[in-house]
Amino acid sequence: MPKIIYNHADGTHDVVDAPAGTSVMRAAVTGGVAGIVGECGGQAMCATCHVYVRPERLAGLPAVSEDEDEMLDCAAAGRDSERSRLGCQLFAGEAFDEIEVDVPESQS
Amino acid sequence: MGTATQGSRVVVVGAGQAGVETAACLRDYGYVGPITLLGEEPTAPYQRPPLSKDFLSRRVDADGLELRSADFYADRGIELATGRRVDAILPAERRVLLDGGGGLGYRHLVLATGARNRPLTVPGADLDGVCYLRTLAEAVALREWLTRPRELVVVGGGFIGLELAAVAAAGHRVTVVEAAPRCMARVVTPVVSDHAEAAHRRRGVEVLTGTGVRRILGTAGRVRGVELAGGRTVPADVVVVGIGAVAATGLAAEAGLVEGCAKGIITDEHGRTSAPGVFAVGDCAAQPGPGGALIRLESVPGAIGQAKRAAAAIAGVRGTPYGEHGMEDERAPAVPWFWSHQGELRLQIAGLPEAYDRAVVRGDPAAGRFSVFRFSAGELAAVESVNRPVDHMAARKLLARSIPITPEEAAELTFDLKSAATARA
Ligand SMILES: Cc1cc2nc3c(=O)[nH]c(=O)nc-3n(C[C@H](O)[C@H](O)[C@H](O)COP(=O)(O)OP(=O)(O)OC[C@H]3O[C@@H](n4cnc5c(N)ncnc54)[C@H](O)[C@@H]3O)c2cc1C
Ligand code: FES
Repeated sequence: MPKIIYNHADGTHDVVDAPAGTSVMRAAVTGGVAGIVGECGGQAMCATCHVYVRPERLAGLPAVSEDEDEMLDCAAAGRDSERSRLGCQLFAGEAFDEIEVDVPESQS
Repeated sequence: MGTATQGSRVVVVGAGQAGVETAACLRDYGYVGPITLLGEEPTAPYQRPPLSKDFLSRRVDADGLELRSADFYADRGIELATGRRVDAILPAERRVLLDGGGGLGYRHLVLATGARNRPLTVPGADLDGVCYLRTLAEAVALREWLTRPRELVVVGGGFIGLELAAVAAAGHRVTVVEAAPRCMARVVTPVVSDHAEAAHRRRGVEVLTGTGVRRILGTAGRVRGVELAGGRTVPADVVVVGIGAVAATGLAAEAGLVEGCAKGIITDEHGRTSAPGVFAVGDCAAQPGPGGALIRLESVPGAIGQAKRAAAAIAGVRGTPYGEHGMEDERAPAVPWFWSHQGELRLQIAGLPEAYDRAVVRGDPAAGRFSVFRFSAGELAAVESVNRPVDHMAARKLLARSIPITPEEAAELTFDLKSAATARA
């Protein structure tokens, strides 16, 4: 099963097995990973699912869509031009089989 | 389990968005006592918004709707009981009575009973083929109806009705019947109503406004059409009623907790009701809004915010926790916001749909991307955005911090809203 590693600012991390088709946001919310909110349920309308993808995991990810691009500019924690993504737009089994992200310190 | 912990039990009634969030936040905020979450629906707690969107269009299935995984509740020591209804509250004894007998004592009780469909009461409303869309069971039934091409009449041009009309338009003949002169009239400005109606018509949906339903016609117990107030009959084999919701206040009312508020269970800004230890959050609660007046929100962000504040009060967390748990900045009160997804229309509303004396449009409705800024006595009151999430995000900041902005600035596309929202703070 695809795997997602969420790294937190305090040095801890969560590892979640995500069934194919599950987004980085949904996997975090259902599994109770702190720091990812997903208020709009994955509609790319709230930017509370912002994550920084680890550089070595960027290859193979789908391009940032126009909607995602606009929302990333609104994220509470600063945008990283390379690494920032909306967790609700990255799907296990489609965008990645294994991914590692850093969770921002704030989502709102 | 000793009496000490037994005596600190939190009982949450209703395992929907607000109830689950309350239980989860209690643990996040360090609450160690027992937590029992009781829900009358048979399934694990799920998200409602996709029922009229991605679930109906089959982009997700039921297991993609769950709010939290089964492990989540177990790992946090949250006792989740589904298929359990609370039949009565005994506030003086601090106990609830469960269906099928038995009771449960609490130190704190959180009512998160949500809202129920407002029923259509015209003749024929009980015919086979008349459905509603609030619960997963209702959504499953509707999805089943729509496995064959249908003539579908949607009664009510509100968010839910229009969302499902947008999905059903692919493959079915859809008519929306709205009694008010325009769709979503209570909550959006005419510019947005017009735009949405035009978009639905382009999709092939017939939108009839300013007309009520006189009765539903049937043959052998099954729907065959809808008779409008003007006399016209629209053929139908499925009728979905989306005429709003009423707060589920029954339990609280019977316990004497609802004082003169027909709209919802009255609470303070932390969700406290008039009974000691009893809170109410989510769709069932009427809480003081940003202006202080009681408002009942029917939205996921509203439910989440209220759950967080009630949990903080119960857990004894000082101030308002934020940051790690995604809480809004405590210096800035929560700005109510809402979204609706209708086909290619992504609508977001920041602020409350209250009276306004001026509305300006930013962007071009013809291009399908614009926002309407509503002002009241010169102050920004609410912002509706269609496919302009960036305006929406800036608007929430402007509203939260009462940052002044003029109608002229709002309407001027070259005026940088986002910078204003941060720079003028
Ligand atoms: C089809 C649909 C689409 C929506 N779309 C959006 C959207 O796009 N954006 C948005 O922000 N909001 C949307 N909403 C609104 C949003 O889903 C609600 O505001 C939110 O679910 C409220 O959460 P709640 O916990 O207060 O109530 P609910 O989620 O309704 O949960 C209440 C639960 O309490 C249970 N209950 C009631 N009485 C008892 C009892 N006596 N004992 C035990 N259990 C009981 C009920 O069975 C129910 O499961 C939508 C709603 C619907 C129905
Ligand atoms: S969950 Fe709202 S933008 Fe991703």
